[in-house]
Amino acid sequence: MSEHDAPAGPPAWPGGRRIVVVGNGMAGSRFVTEMRARDPGVSITVFGQEARRPYNRVLLSNVLAGTAQPHQIGLVDPSWYAEHAIDARLGVAVTKIDRAAEVVVAEDGTTAPYDTLVLATGSAPLVPPIPGTEDGLPRGTVAFRTLDDCADIIEAAHSARHAVVIGGGLLGIEAARGLAGRGLCVTVLHLAGHLMERQLDAEAGKVLARTLTGLGIRVRLAARVAALRTRGGPDGERVVGVELAHDERPAELVPADLVVMACGVRPAVGLARAAGLAVERGIVVDEALRSVSDPAIRAIGECAQYGDVVYGLVAPAWEQAAVLADLLSGHRPAARYTGSRQITRLKAASLELATMGETHHGSHDEDVEVVQFADAARGTYKKVVIRDDRLIGAILLGETSTAGTLTQLYDRAAPLPADRLALLFAGAPAAPAAGSPVLMPDGAQVCTCNNVTKGQIRACWEDGATTVEEVTARTRATTGCGTCADAVAGIVGWLAEQSPP
Amino acid sequence: MSSGTPTHCPYCALQCGMVVGRDLATGGGQVRVAPRSDVPAGAGGLCQKGWTAADLLTTADRLTTPLMRVHAGAPLEPCTWDAALDRIAAEIERLRAAYGPDAVAVFGGGGLTNEKAYQLGKFARVGLRTANIDYNGRFCMSSAAAALNRAFGMDRGLPMPITDLETADAILLVGGNVAETMPPFMRHLAAQRAGGGQLIVIDPRTTPTARRADLHLRPTPGTDLALANGLLHIAVNEGLIDETYIAARTRGFDAVRTAVNSYWPGRVERITGVPVPQLRRAVWLLAGETGETRGRSGDHTALVLTARGAEQHADGTDTVTAYINLALALGLPGLPGSGYGCLTGQGNGQGGREHGQKADQLPGYRKIDDPVARAHVAAVWDVEPAAIPGPGRSAYELLVSLGTRDGPKALLLFGSNPVVSAPHAAAVEERLDALEFLVVADFVPSETALRADVVLPTTQWAEESGTITNLEGRVLRRERAVPPPPGVRGDLAVLAALAGRLNAPGTWSGEPAEVFDELRRASAGGLADYSGITYERIAAEGGVFWPCPGEGHPGTPRPFLERFATPDGRARFTPVEHRGAVEDVCADYPLYLTTGRVLAHYQSGAQTRRVDQLNKAAPEPYVELHPDVAERLGIAAGALVRVTSRRGSALVRARPTDAIRPDTVFVPFHWAGTGRANLLTNPALDPLSRMPEFKVCAVRLEAV
Repeated sequence: MSEHDAPAGPPAWPGGRRIVVVGNGMAGSRFVTEMRARDPGVSITVFGQEARRPYNRVLLSNVLAGTAQPHQIGLVDPSWYAEHAIDARLGVAVTKIDRAAEVVVAEDGTTAPYDTLVLATGSAPLVPPIPGTEDGLPRGTVAFRTLDDCADIIEAAHSARHAVVIGGGLLGIEAARGLAGRGLCVTVLHLAGHLMERQLDAEAGKVLARTLTGLGIRVRLAARVAALRTRGGPDGERVVGVELAHDERPAELVPADLVVMACGVRPAVGLARAAGLAVERGIVVDEALRSVSDPAIRAIGECAQYGDVVYGLVAPAWEQAAVLADLLSGHRPAARYTGSRQITRLKAASLELATMGETHHGSHDEDVEVVQFADAARGTYKKVVIRDDRLIGAILLGETSTAGTLTQLYDRAAPLPADRLALLFAGAPAAPAAGSPVLMPDGAQVCTCNNVTKGQIRACWEDGATTVEEVTARTRATTGCGTCADAVAGIVGWLAEQSPP
Repeated sequence: MSSGTPTHCPYCALQCGMVVGRDLATGGGQVRVAPRSDVPAGAGGLCQKGWTAADLLTTADRLTTPLMRVHAGAPLEPCTWDAALDRIAAEIERLRAAYGPDAVAVFGGGGLTNEKAYQLGKFARVGLRTANIDYNGRFCMSSAAAALNRAFGMDRGLPMPITDLETADAILLVGGNVAETMPPFMRHLAAQRAGGGQLIVIDPRTTPTARRADLHLRPTPGTDLALANGLLHIAVNEGLIDETYIAARTRGFDAVRTAVNSYWPGRVERITGVPVPQLRRAVWLLAGETGETRGRSGDHTALVLTARGAEQHADGTDTVTAYINLALALGLPGLPGSGYGCLTGQGNGQGGREHGQKADQLPGYRKIDDPVARAHVAAVWDVEPAAIPGPGRSAYELLVSLGTRDGPKALLLFGSNPVVSAPHAAAVEERLDALEFLVVADFVPSETALRADVVLPTTQWAEESGTITNLEGRVLRRERAVPPPPGVRGDLAVLAALAGRLNAPGTWSGEPAEVFDELRRASAGGLADYSGITYERIAAEGGVFWPCPGEGHPGTPRPFLERFATPDGRARFTPVEHRGAVEDVCADYPLYLTTGRVLAHYQSGAQTRRVDQLNKAAPEPYVELHPDVAERLGIAAGALVRVTSRRGSALVRARPTDAIRPDTVFVPFHWAGTGRANLLTNPALDPLSRMPEFKVCAVRLEAV
């Protein structure tokens, strides 16, 4: 198109007229809605591997626990796509990116040409190489990742008695809590020496384990899974237990008729790699979330790698989606993604946990300040790590009343209050100023609505006003909001005791 | 006081009852006020503003004669009424001839009586034939109004008598500091709590109101919407919503349910700074969930109330909508003792938004672009429907268009002081000064009046009669208690005199009763139908709730019991998304500024700054800041501080207090000159209501 053919006025579509999105999970669906909100005109096609509408993966633990229903976690209404002129190809996997032709090819043979391709392919659950899983997972075993997985676990939980969760990270603990809430006998097997070792220090991990134990969940640390024990049945191999390896003694069997794998995820980068894009742990992108290999391709969410980091949480994926929508719509051409601060918030009944940043520093470490509080018996552990008067890490376990404050201080790298205790404990709410009339100074305001001090009431009394009514008539105290009536009565009564009229 | 005239306070929308008369007991004959116990809203109380209201009648610089500048730059000098009115008429004719009728604009106020608001709207459309009329209520009630209209089809702030508060099991008050802005309101809350009810307050500051709450949520300024969506998310996930009510009385919940799925507690905590346990507790209290039985019991009553803290944002309409969504999902609106309401601010903030001083509106809360509405009102006004102009600019847009090439060249201003009260006040001053002709009608020389070419001295509150509609939607009478000083005229008479000079069609009266009768006819059949309300009925019944479509009609204390005012009778859910402050904090402007009111003053302070007692109580502007911030910046208590935003600086005294978040400062907006909070505020507008973002912008502080 020559310059003379250019359509008059906006939209200019910095990302081209046709945007194709591969992946309709948390990142992809967010990008699509953000993009459409900024630009009602640009052509958007989205491929989603799951046939259902996108849903909020953060809430899967609630579904597993039974506190949310599967139909209640949708992120986009099914009718939304048509109403907003979006070509949604749900339940259709993309099999190939033809970069030369700028077109993607789907498993059903359809194609979609793009000016900008957005890869939001997410990640797949990591299944460790355990004997017993070579031919796929045996019945009764689920790798927890999708809503379908969640439904499978719930289905299995109806008849199962003993559940084993492999992986004591965030998702594993949430799953364990959900299953325990469903009445199952639950054991968490965790390879590391303490739970959630990436987010928690050892002491926090211990307190968390103790809390889980209190909730009826067994926790096995440094647990090396040797194999899944299965038994043949009419419908194939079915899991009956998990074998734990020991150094000095024979393998131990932890019986289980339900095994949930929560061993982490790996970025789904096969499509990108096959297309020749630079892929390390994830698809390598720059500050504009652009593949370093192909300016027409962007990547966001758990499949993308910015710097050295592949983010596994929702918040960074949504930040990336917003930045990308700002860029491709021309809404904020200067928008850049420069990394995210990661905050983890565990969601499970009777388990309160918030953690962020660098939590592993000890109080003897140079150049950091560590403030800690532990009450393991009550399941409380709190720790903040400070450097240069800025919060660089925190754990709040058991009691999280300062989580709102800490997350914002951390997000904004804001200067901290001089009173470090305020970071660990929310201040007690100020009590209404009823105060004893004896202790109150004369200048203390008793009636704020009418600006009456104790001294004025005393002066009134000395001038012969000896009842509340008379004091009220002269000072107007109590005539506004009325909440000082008790205080005024108290002062008048006290004055009467002091000097009977 | 042995006798007096029953009337109402000149200030806020609570419109506390007072008796005004001469104090015969002391023999001095001084005019005094005393509270009335027969007015439910005020519950027999008065705050210091009300008690000292009579001082306004004798204020030293009361305007008692018209003032005029003979030419630009000349001083304001006394002149006769005829000279002033002739000059105004001549300037209007000149400017209309040169630029067309829209060259003359009108700006009204939420303190004007219903009669004045009505006549002002009629004068603009019929007398001036201009589309350019709006009023300062745009800065107060417009977001709540837009959200109420969208959800319920009708904007009556409280769709229930205020005494319903006293029996509510739970009240959620969002962004309202009633303990200072309308102190006797606290009597209703005190009664509620005495009966075992729970009060939840959402406010970035630990205000006197928040201190009395059972639960206080202290969000980051600009995040009220996310907070509401988060509360609804919890209600949905914990099974606390009322599916039966939603099915029977609403539309559109599915889209809202999907929208709030993105507001899980951890995310909302991060956005708002309100910890998850507090979010959950708020929902449980509001829903009447005790933890023992799932779902709320049948007789649980709850109210969700919003005020300016939630509304004065560039996403104010959506924020109010988010709280309405919450109330609807919990099954509250339209049930006796429960519901959603907004707390109107200005004295006649409710009535003032119903009868045509709003840019897009005709009397009876009719839409100006509705052909049926135009035909009805045109018949009452005795003009052709086509003669009524279309919608005009919203308040801030009107003010900043003044004196521009396409904007109005003259402004007639009644009952407002935008030099102090408008956002980005320096820009507004500049536009006012760019006008060819400015007329201000007021009873004191306000900061805006002092910039005028002609100043008209008018009557005030106790010197005039009329009606006001309080925050409940109850129409009340304001009675003349004392004669006005010689030389002043009522606004109605001023408008009638100008209409006569401009040969405006129809009849124009200076008598409130006659104007009210015309208002009744003009409002008949509209949403805010006053046709059945008479002065006699108001006196006999202690006020009448609109809509009241006939003299035999009892009025409507609770308009939504049977159906909502939408075409199908169902309330509307609308999904809304968090956008946050238009101006976020950054390295250069690291603190949020929020603005508001103090107990001793009212609005721009033009009245209260003239009362000695109130000045003593609150003599000068200040900035509330957290002690940590004060220490970091080396600012001592009482020191002069320069507060700077992208729009300008204000000089105010430091008042360190831990009642404010460390990331936020607060400056009250009642003062003029260099201490004006509105030199700082962000005029970013809500796309629907055109409400400016008074309640949050980014600033920095420096010791001076």
